[in-house]
Amino acid sequence: MNENLAVDEERDMSEPSLSEYSEPMDQPQPEETRIEVQGLSVHYGKTKAVKNVSLSIKSRKVTAIIGPSGCGKSTFIRCLNRMHEVTPGARVEGKVLLDGVDLYGPGTDPVEVRRKVGMVFQKPNPFPTMSIRDNVIAGFRLNGMRDRRLLEEKVEKSLHMAALWDEVKDQLHQPGTSLSGGQQQRLCIARALAVEPEVLLMDEPCSALDPIATAKIEELIHELKESVTIVIVTHNMQQAARVSDFTAFFYMGELVEFGVTSKIFTNPDKRQTEDYITGRFG
Amino acid sequence: MLSQHTDKKYGEDLKKLREDILYMGGLVEDQIQKAVSSLVERDSKLAETIIQRDHEVNRLDVEIDDLCIQLLALHQPAARDLRFITTALKITTDLERIGDMAVNICERALELNEEPQLKPYIDIPRMARISENMIRESLDAFVREDTSLALKVCKEDQEVDDLNSQIFRETISFMIEDPHTVSRAMKISSISKYLERIGDHATNIAEMVVFMVKGKSIRHMKDIPQTI
Repeated sequence: MNENLAVDEERDMSEPSLSEYSEPMDQPQPEETRIEVQGLSVHYGKTKAVKNVSLSIKSRKVTAIIGPSGCGKSTFIRCLNRMHEVTPGARVEGKVLLDGVDLYGPGTDPVEVRRKVGMVFQKPNPFPTMSIRDNVIAGFRLNGMRDRRLLEEKVEKSLHMAALWDEVKDQLHQPGTSLSGGQQQRLCIARALAVEPEVLLMDEPCSALDPIATAKIEELIHELKESVTIVIVTHNMQQAARVSDFTAFFYMGELVEFGVTSKIFTNPDKRQTEDYITGRFG
Repeated sequence: MLSQHTDKKYGEDLKKLREDILYMGGLVEDQIQKAVSSLVERDSKLAETIIQRDHEVNRLDVEIDDLCIQLLALHQPAARDLRFITTALKITTDLERIGDMAVNICERALELNEEPQLKPYIDIPRMARISENMIRESLDAFVREDTSLALKVCKEDQEVDDLNSQIFRETISFMIEDPHTVSRAMKISSISKYLERIGDHATNIAEMVVFMVKGKSIRHMKDIPQTI
């Protein structure tokens, strides 16, 4: 293959053998698992929206859930903080373990679950009657916290984490709804972060935002994964490729493939995944 | 073959890319064959024509690159499509270099045709046939996504390398025996080297085909794997 014998010899010595080469370098490394989902199924009345899904969500990593509309991805992440319970007729089978504790076990308080596992939705939904400041600390207020100094600290820290502080520090008493869409979404992220969750669920957090606001949220996701575990549902496959460490592909309620994002987007194992990410569907 | 793309224009562009590469491959193969003919048959006019025709190869190189860049920019390809397009980008570079080698052969042929023939050309046409065949097979492997054919091409390269060594030894002995032959012997040795390089480029293409189909790189390995 190479004509120069001297170079060939030199090269061969440093050459890994075939077995070393064929070992995929991007296999999931053993990492700490934050959420372990075991045989999760979700029913809405007679419809089964999620079918026997098992996967583990690694600590301080971004896990993206992709799949066509109606494949059960939103339903799936809603089960990670029992948010599906607000939908009448929803029923869950299987286990969701957060740091080893079953979220659906007897004696687990859904309110406590939602404090540990925060959520950000598709459309920014700041509380319309509250100021920016009050939006951030709404969770504490509801729990009856009155310590002003501590609350102010929370406001600043959370807004910093959500990369919004510099833009709003002089208008903390303006209504949350006075901000732009992208800022409102970051305000919602600040609100979710204020209660110091371990996991942040994001259900299409950028689908109502323009590209610049989207880029800001994506950058924020990169920063946040230093401290929180993130699970993001997205329709935008490039977004999943950009922000996530792991990707799960759902189709018709089933988990088709789950693996390291770079592998899924360059050389997926399953034909269905390949067809979906290359745009050959239906 | 894969099913139809949801985005028809994208699917058609990918098809066009495949066809363009095949066309370029066919052209380059013809360039080598004719370049070697111009040497063996001492046809300098043919050599001139082949040198002129290299513009066509260069034009295709630029056009195919443009198409690949467009596809990458506009469709954000993933998985198999991504590997196909990046492979296409690398294949055109190899094909373009093969085209340049054909030009180099013609240049040496033009010089050699001005002087009495040093020796009968036997191994050079043989090398050329093997290299042309390697290009054809590597592109067949590309089109059919056939990794065993690609591996066959990688193995065939050894034959070209061996012939090159043989011609090298032979021309050295000419030069030792009679220094007046140095200039011609050197040119023949260069042509052999060009053909050997062509074999290397065909091997590169075959290796890229394996990557495109399997997503695994077999480049720079000590031994060619038996299967993928």
